[in-house]
Amino acid sequence: MLTINNLKAAINGKVILKGISLEVKAGEIHALMGPNGSGKSTLAAILAGREFAEVLEGTVTYMGKNLLEMPAEERSREGIFLGFQYPIEIPGVSMVNFMKSAVNEHRKYKGLEPLSASDFLKLMREKKELVEIDSKLANRSVNEGFSGGEKKKNEIFQMAMLEPKLAILDETDSGLDIDALRIVANGVNKLRRPDTSAIVITHYQRLLDYIIPDVVHVLYDGRIVKTAGRELAIELEEKGYDWIKRDAEKNNSDE
Amino acid sequence: MPKKITVMSNHSERSDKYIDIYRENIERISFSSSPYINSFREKAIAEFIKLGIPAKNNESYRYTNLDPFFKHEFKNYFMPGKQDFIRAEKFRCDVTDLDAHGIVLLNGFYPTINDKIRQLPGGVWIGSLNEASKIFDSHIEKHYGKYVNGNSDGLVHLNTALASGGVFIYVPAGAVLKKPVQIINLVESDEDIFNQHRNLVIVEKNADITLIICDHTLSPQKFLTNAVTEIYVGENSHFDIIRVQNEHNNAAKITHTFIHQEQNSHASSNNITLHGGLVRNSTHHYLGGEGAECFSYGLYLADKFQHVDNFVNVNHAYPNCTSNQLFKGVLDDMSTGVFNGRIYVNKGAQGTSAYQKNNNILLTDDAKMYTKPQLEIYADDVKCSHGATVGQLDNNALFYLQSRGISKHEARLMLMYGFAHEVIQNIRVEPLRERMDNLVMQRLKGELSRCASCMVKCG
Repeated sequence: MLTINNLKAAINGKVILKGISLEVKAGEIHALMGPNGSGKSTLAAILAGREFAEVLEGTVTYMGKNLLEMPAEERSREGIFLGFQYPIEIPGVSMVNFMKSAVNEHRKYKGLEPLSASDFLKLMREKKELVEIDSKLANRSVNEGFSGGEKKKNEIFQMAMLEPKLAILDETDSGLDIDALRIVANGVNKLRRPDTSAIVITHYQRLLDYIIPDVVHVLYDGRIVKTAGRELAIELEEKGYDWIKRDAEKNNSDE
Repeated sequence: MPKKITVMSNHSERSDKYIDIYRENIERISFSSSPYINSFREKAIAEFIKLGIPAKNNESYRYTNLDPFFKHEFKNYFMPGKQDFIRAEKFRCDVTDLDAHGIVLLNGFYPTINDKIRQLPGGVWIGSLNEASKIFDSHIEKHYGKYVNGNSDGLVHLNTALASGGVFIYVPAGAVLKKPVQIINLVESDEDIFNQHRNLVIVEKNADITLIICDHTLSPQKFLTNAVTEIYVGENSHFDIIRVQNEHNNAAKITHTFIHQEQNSHASSNNITLHGGLVRNSTHHYLGGEGAECFSYGLYLADKFQHVDNFVNVNHAYPNCTSNQLFKGVLDDMSTGVFNGRIYVNKGAQGTSAYQKNNNILLTDDAKMYTKPQLEIYADDVKCSHGATVGQLDNNALFYLQSRGISKHEARLMLMYGFAHEVIQNIRVEPLRERMDNLVMQRLKGELSRCASCMVKCG
């Protein structure tokens, strides 16, 4: 589904990604872990089409297409979804209008007619129940005045509305209490289908108790320094990142 | 014999022209007005001679150049001709909407030959000021010219000297009008015209009314309007005025609105400028009794070489009053915006709360915004705040919308709409709020040529 090959990228001249290679197959969940500043969020934003980093080298192929050539909105319509670490507040734009525009843009892209007002509201209702989001939140402006937990749930709600093929969840667990974490994780699991994939970025093992990854990668200093199965996350939880950093630096000096 | 005035006068040639116009036409202008209204004219022209047409050295007009309009040779326009009456009657016949009590004006004048004043439910009267002065002379004597008193803007005095018509609204004590009153002022002529009209709104105590004034140009001629509206809001009353300005790029609209409030009254003003060549709205709020509360809102959407200037003056004369100013603008192309927000708290006005906010989005490098708060506070127990921002659309928010599949173009529109909505959401009457939201969206999309779902079908 997604193949990243030797991706190098810089922000304001500073190289953040130093050669990332990664393959995500249909149906897989990949966890991306690593200490702060290792480049996880940069990678997520580049995949979603944010034009803030300069891609220096490498390729990203998604469903056989060159992802880096597509504007952000087209990536979304092609089935990529980014769950934001810090969802943006947009005063004056109601959730209903926002989601109606988004859903209908997706439908247009697929050659479908826009949803009628009643069908759209029905869809909203179903998805709200699915992700256990407070129905009042949908009547408010996008994320405006939402608590941290509400914002994250709202990301999962949007994901439910748009039914992506590849979800990239950037620290969706950060700032969540255990109940909210469970709701968010349940939402992700309910939306999972055999042909959809996810990249889950997290610092903590605890999210991975709920969303079981097939592969765990550790990103450090712009490189994937370790890839293994689910047991790697448990090891990281016990031992921290220091041994990873030491190994990585040792490998660097060996080169 | 009129003595020649030379001292202290600041007027230039362009002001002289209007003094001559006054001298030549005063008889004709006075003919249709009441003696009481006429009694203000001589003093007003003397004030105008002193003050002149505001120039750039006038602090409150510093960023607004009136020359291109005031130097222009207009066919001066004091009263509509017979043809105009007939033309305006045509529009009147198209009034179909029942959401509002409507009045259609032509170039500021009440054009109907009959039915120049009529009664609405609850004993409310609306009609032409000249006609009203025959019936409501004592009310007019109590209020006319009182609330502009002491104003230092030459254009207000020019209006007092020359205005020969306008709208009169009388809301008796306790009257509650559920449907708003909508004044549609159509501007249309075969020639370039300068028109001045004068409105008077009297809201007695415990009453409630919403007034909408829509300005719309219908022909491409060059227009200049200098309009004064005096509003009295009695004790415990609730009054909202909403202006919707949709004029072409060759039109100048100058409005002066004076709202005088008694104790525990609530008043709001909302200036929504959708389109216009040169727009200057000055809104004066006088909080003249304890517990009065006023809201001054404005939204301006400008592009090309358009210029929109909002001047607000809130005067806290009594204790425990609240005022709130919120003005927002989106400026595209080479357009300019100006905001001057003055809060004046008198020495005795303890317990005052006064707030002001002006936020602007510039869509290009060439668009300009001048914003200036002006706080004069002479009381010590006061809560005041002000803030102004000038910036661009938020890139983070744009990306957020795009990341959900919304195109950049649509995302920009949504952000501008959301920005504007903060002003629109304060409109109390719900259908009107929705209508305004739609008009704003159309304007942002560049599709606004006429006001959708207006009760008048223009053209």
